[in-house]
Amino acid sequence: MAGAAISIDGVDKRYIGRGREVVALDHVSLEIEEGEFVAFVGPSGCGKSTLLNMIAGIIPMTSGSIMHEGRKVTAINRHVGYLTQADSVLPWRTVEQNVGLPLEYRGMPAAQRQKRVAEMLALVDLKGFDKAFPKELSGGMRKRVALAQMLAYGPDTLLMDEPFGALDAQLKLVMQQQLLRIWQEQKKTIVFVTHDLAEAIALASRVIVFSGRPGKIKYVEEIKIPYPRDVFKVRFLREFETAYDNLWRELSPEIAKGEDL
Amino acid sequence: MQVDESAAVGTGAPSRAVRDFEAGLVRRKVMVYVCQAVFGIVFLAFWQWASGRLIDPFFVSSPSAVFGKLYTWLMNGELYRHLSITLYATAIGFIIGSTIGFAMGLLFGKFAFLAEVLDPYITALYSIPKLALAPLFIIWFGIGIESKIAVSASIVFFVVFLNTFSGVREVNPIYIHATQIMGASQWGVMRTVIIPSATAWVITGLKVSVPYALVGTVIGEFMSSNRGIGFIIAQATGLFDTNSVFAGIIILAVVGAIINSILKATEGWLLRWRA
Ligand SMILES: Nc1ncnc2c1ncn2[C@@H]1O[C@H](COP(=O)(O)OP(=O)(O)O)[C@@H](O)[C@H]1O
Ligand SMILES: [Mg+2]
Repeated sequence: MAGAAISIDGVDKRYIGRGREVVALDHVSLEIEEGEFVAFVGPSGCGKSTLLNMIAGIIPMTSGSIMHEGRKVTAINRHVGYLTQADSVLPWRTVEQNVGLPLEYRGMPAAQRQKRVAEMLALVDLKGFDKAFPKELSGGMRKRVALAQMLAYGPDTLLMDEPFGALDAQLKLVMQQQLLRIWQEQKKTIVFVTHDLAEAIALASRVIVFSGRPGKIKYVEEIKIPYPRDVFKVRFLREFETAYDNLWRELSPEIAKGEDL
Repeated sequence: MQVDESAAVGTGAPSRAVRDFEAGLVRRKVMVYVCQAVFGIVFLAFWQWASGRLIDPFFVSSPSAVFGKLYTWLMNGELYRHLSITLYATAIGFIIGSTIGFAMGLLFGKFAFLAEVLDPYITALYSIPKLALAPLFIIWFGIGIESKIAVSASIVFFVVFLNTFSGVREVNPIYIHATQIMGASQWGVMRTVIIPSATAWVITGLKVSVPYALVGTVIGEFMSSNRGIGFIIAQATGLFDTNSVFAGIIILAVVGAIINSILKATEGWLLRWRA
């Protein structure tokens, strides 16, 4: 088990609500190596967010276990950075106060914090918005604030739930390239949920396809494109096309199945 | 795009459009103030004219008599003597009631089980008109300032307590989880998430309760006291001195309006992050 950053072992998740049981995840097992960039794709409602929530320790699993960096996850996991699907930026704090929040919790002195926050805002292309409140930003900008906040304190494992979904096509490419650079420079482990197959292939070293409800791992595709990658150019490579075909073949019936429900 | 974005956060010099827009807002505001002043003057003029022509001044007094009275009180120190005691009791009652209410609201919001157990009792207590407790407080605390403080504190306590409690229950759990993952301690979550999130509710509670705190003090003074605006009004009523009754009422109205506008400004500043 050495080398595995996250090891998910036979995890089931059943939600109980209003007298019924919903099986969200059915016996999911997966090993994610240290330094790996893994993408999750699957029809909506197949339990991708549920799995990230369990790795982050926000919700308990029904059975099975998750180990992260050699520790069993049983409560809030403070060793990950989590960019949630829902908006988690605090509306009563300005952009810079939000980005500096994790540093504030760590007791970093204000001057040092300010410098770090400015760097992070430059990184996510939000210079000049430091004094703005979240209500003044678009959804995509708020996502970038959350990203800057997560990168500010530098957790080794990043869980990212559809982080670039709300961005326009160009900015999305820019952010993807930044993320790849940070991942390589800082040797992070990234679990990245997306509904964009091209994004998954361009970024990840491994793409995991989930089946529709109940969520199961249906297929795994190793992406052979070597790093460093240029997200603008990868889509013209033959390996990209092959991966896309394979993934689409596995994914499309699941999406159709989801529609029936 | 660059222009749009910088304007959105107010960095850089305001553009012409921004200045025009702001000038329009100022003009409207000035117009409102002018109309408010005109309305007040017309009202006072009608009152002055009607008093003695349409209605006996014994019942409605008149602006000149009332303001004459106010002027006399201002000059001979009576105004200060009575108003200070009323304001003091209100302020102390307000501080005690809101502090305890806020602390208990946070506590109950955190311990859902305790809150559920005590819920029917709290509802029952809340349903009692707090003014009905005034006689009891006079028995307990005497006719001095303590009983007035107790009345206003008990009113403020309930409103602030219930609002804080609701505010804590309303906090979006996403914010709590996200900050915990980022490394927030229990106190960190309290300070950066729960308290700011509950502020909107608490402020609403305070805004509603301040006028009641004033009412509580004055009612306490009506019942038994030898100082305070409530005492003046009660005493003047006994002597059929309508000039003094109206003067007392006007003092209360002005004080209430001033306190309210301070709270409104505070609210606007504290909740400036809201859409
Ligand atoms: N708190 C909850 N209570 C009940 N059912 C839930 C809850 N959260 C998610 N679910 C259900 O679990 C399934 C998986 O949800 P989710 O993990 O959000 O899917 P995804 O992120 O893949 O779109 C869905 O069918 C959803 O309805
Ligand atoms: Mg999801």
